[in-house]
Amino acid sequence: MEIQFNQEELEKIDNLKKRYPEQQSVLMGVLWMAQHKFGWISKEVMGYVAELLNLPFAHVEGVATFYTMYHKKQPGKYHVQVCTNVSCMLRGGNELYQHISNKLGLNNNETSDDTKFSLEEVECMGACGGAPMIAINEDYYENLTIEKVDEIIDSLK
Amino acid sequence: MTNDFPKLILPEIPNFHKLEVYRQHGGYEQFRKALQMSPDEIINIVKASGLRGRGGACFPTGLKWSFMPKNIDKPKYLAVNGDESEPGSFKDRQIFESNPHQLIEGILVAAYAMGIKASYIYIRGEYHKWINLLQAALDDAYAAGLVGEKMKKTFGIDFSTDIYIHKGAGAYICGEETALMNSIEGKRGYPRVKPPFPAQAGLWGMPTTINNVETIATVPAILRIGAEAYSKIGDPGHPGTLLFGVSGHVNKPGVYELPTGILLTELIYDVCGGVPGGKKIKAIIPGGSSMPCLRGDEIEGIRMDEESLKPHGTHIGTAGVMVMDEDTDVVAVALRIGRFYHHESCGQCTPCREGCGWMENSLRRIARGEAAITDVDMLVEVANNIEGNTICAFGDAAAWAVRGFAVKFRDEFVAAVKEKRVFVAPNVVHSKRATRNNLTFDDQMKYKPVV
Ligand SMILES: Cc1cc2nc3c(=O)[nH]c(=O)nc-3n(C[C@H](O)[C@H](O)[C@H](O)COP(=O)(O)O)c2cc1C
Ligand code: SF4
Ligand code: FES
Repeated sequence: MEIQFNQEELEKIDNLKKRYPEQQSVLMGVLWMAQHKFGWISKEVMGYVAELLNLPFAHVEGVATFYTMYHKKQPGKYHVQVCTNVSCMLRGGNELYQHISNKLGLNNNETSDDTKFSLEEVECMGACGGAPMIAINEDYYENLTIEKVDEIIDSLK
Repeated sequence: MTNDFPKLILPEIPNFHKLEVYRQHGGYEQFRKALQMSPDEIINIVKASGLRGRGGACFPTGLKWSFMPKNIDKPKYLAVNGDESEPGSFKDRQIFESNPHQLIEGILVAAYAMGIKASYIYIRGEYHKWINLLQAALDDAYAAGLVGEKMKKTFGIDFSTDIYIHKGAGAYICGEETALMNSIEGKRGYPRVKPPFPAQAGLWGMPTTINNVETIATVPAILRIGAEAYSKIGDPGHPGTLLFGVSGHVNKPGVYELPTGILLTELIYDVCGGVPGGKKIKAIIPGGSSMPCLRGDEIEGIRMDEESLKPHGTHIGTAGVMVMDEDTDVVAVALRIGRFYHHESCGQCTPCREGCGWMENSLRRIARGEAAITDVDMLVEVANNIEGNTICAFGDAAAWAVRGFAVKFRDEFVAAVKEKRVFVAPNVVHSKRATRNNLTFDDQMKYKPVV
């Protein structure tokens, strides 16, 4: 895919700049847009963003690598995030993680060969009352059981 | 029984998240009322209410606001902390979902009281859905002329302020106030050395106040019922209602708005329906994973507010209560917590970076039964060496969390390194409840819709 925002997206960035007194502040927002459009933040994307915002490449790279939600490699079409922090662990989060890992045949931070799934063990996602929980891409699934998780994953096309 | 308490932040009114419904119930009228007062008067009301920050440190909010310089021509900013990444905390999310306009109205009041040019609500990146919900509410408020340039005309004033959402991207440390500011500035979320404090030099070097989402959302409720009435809710040293997020081994986990000072046993047994299977409680973390745990045999009679928890060596934190039953392997829990802090340390300070790594490794060895008894003591020592020797409070948090378990459940840590593991220590669980609800509540304090 060509690494290039379209006119509409560039206008959105210009609008984003108006929110802050210094334009460097739009970097995180622009990286989000880039991830949305290009799927992940490759070195090439970092270079493009750096040039677009007139920032040193090292700065963009430093920010993109500091924040865990910017993918530094291509995730699967369905990025499955399983919380194993304390509240989830107490209600079966580890078992859920193991089950999903076996089911998908993936270890932490791996992507399936057909790029349909990727798996990530994550820290608390702020849904502890609905433990155990997972997120798939941007959606939360709470109060899970192994059966429910099977149903959810099997329904993904 | 929970219905007997005032619902100042999460009123049980259908569709309260919608602008029309919020306004039908007197929404944005508190801001209008605030405009009749001077900024100092508003700050004094917040001071008199006794409101303390809900982000973890319990700092008095009115006092914090009074630190902002007055009569200067520099722009001033407000950062609203919705990073909510402390394990066990999931309450701000409820505000975004159920009462976004009260948060927006609270920001308007704060902005007017401190002369704020723009406010940035920082929300963790994982909360895509809740960011969208809040953004929709914010768009409605802008469109209705309640925020931004148009508010001058709406309210007939010579003051306007803007509100923006800044989306995080996965980094627990960005909840720390100065790391959060760096993150808004488009940098890595490294905490800054203090001083200078944010009120002198915060966002872009300008005077900045930072408050938690729940703190700000409480402000319109204080104006509505009055500072005095608010200060009488719950514990006098830490008054008001708190959003308790209860998780782990309880029958009804969730977010509950209750007065401070409620008994921990009442919260667990009455509000949350007790422990599944009628099991006994072995440990409770009272305020998010950073706060030292309480042992089951300690919880009888403990009240849930900062002043009551302090003598027990712990804090209310984010009021994220994690309950662990008698079968819980506390060494495994400590290891999971140690792993979290090691993963999330930003690495700027040697004691934190090295210490968190050391704690995780040694917890791992203890959990595997590959350690010696001296390792348990070393663990406590390493925690002691981190505490107080770092740039930000993350180091203390990591030390408190791990040390809490290692000290309170020393026997179990020692047992773990011996040949045979024993999980249940019958003398440390909470087995028989003696406390009963003895909080009473003034009927007047119930949420009354303004008709
Ligand atoms: C490691 C660390 C993480 C924190 N995370 C949060 C957070 O997610 N949300 C929050 O409101 N405060 C968090 N805080 C506390 C903030 O630094 C700050 O004290 C708070 O937002 C101030 O608001 P308040 O006075 O209204 O409580 C954190 C502090 C530390 C040291
Ligand atoms: S205490 Fe830890 S998290 Fe805080 S600045 Fe130092 S290394 Fe970073
Ligand atoms: S511990 Fe899993 S969402 Fe909080």
